[in-house]
Amino acid sequence: MIAHSVFFYIFSLIAIVSAVMVTVSKNTVHSVFFLILDFISISCLFIMIGAEFLGMIMLIVYVGAVAVLFLFVVMMLNVAEQKGQWFSSRWDGGTHIPVGLLVSLIIFFELIIVIGGWKYKPDLLNSLSINISNEVTNTRSIGNVLYTDYILLFQISGMILLVAMIGAIVLTYRERAGVKRQSYVKQISRERDEGVDLVEAERNKGVKIDA
Amino acid sequence: MLSIGLGHYLTLAAIIFTIGVVGIFLNRKNVIVILMSIELILLAVNINLVAFSIFINDLSGQIFTLFILTVAAAEAAIGLAIIVVYFRNSDTIRVEEIKNLKG
Repeated sequence: MIAHSVFFYIFSLIAIVSAVMVTVSKNTVHSVFFLILDFISISCLFIMIGAEFLGMIMLIVYVGAVAVLFLFVVMMLNVAEQKGQWFSSRWDGGTHIPVGLLVSLIIFFELIIVIGGWKYKPDLLNSLSINISNEVTNTRSIGNVLYTDYILLFQISGMILLVAMIGAIVLTYRERAGVKRQSYVKQISRERDEGVDLVEAERNKGVKIDA
Repeated sequence: MLSIGLGHYLTLAAIIFTIGVVGIFLNRKNVIVILMSIELILLAVNINLVAFSIFINDLSGQIFTLFILTVAAAEAAIGLAIIVVYFRNSDTIRVEEIKNLKG
């Protein structure tokens, strides 16, 4: 029990500190690194709490794909080193800093009040549909539900990914002028008559090529 | 204090959520950091869902987290594509200098 709480506090401390560093570090590449650290510590928390599958998926999807995508874009756009303060105040005379902090403090206290004040409805536990059983592993129980009860949502999320992929390609596609490209339509629709020319060759005289 | 309950996880999620919101409010540096703050907010939501799912012993929360992960990945891809296009057109992604929509 003690070890569990010690690890919880370590991981959550790392997560909070790295979340702060994501927003305040001056170098965008460092922000991405702290984002990766944040995801890793949160996925450790997930594994600790008993959601191993989600913890591993977090590692694969966020650290392996999303964070690398961020890193790639940051380095491609060459915006890593930013001049000036991260909270530069010449934008609107600096009033957005106190106002933003005030609003976020209010949001935080509202969340804390909600967390401190809520209670389970007494009949909640009876109305649950999918219980977590201790006999099968986390991954197997998620698979049992995901491909049966939630198959429609699963397919829709696949469609969302497809549309996102097409959208990203369409957005960033550009046609460059002066680049020689293959034209598949032209290649495929070529007939034999255009490509081959049969010539009667006379003996000992040869053929004139560009007649 | 020593036994970790649901409240601890919810408090952690609230703190990370607030940090993400602060990042969106105060950032004047570049849009990529704002996208990262959005990822932080989604992460906080995921923590909430997983913690509830474990502590009230219902698997639905973890399934929803899976779908949120999918949507977050799609959102990151589209957002970064938009940023790349914007950078190509106007050579900056500083938040202060993006004011095409200014009325």
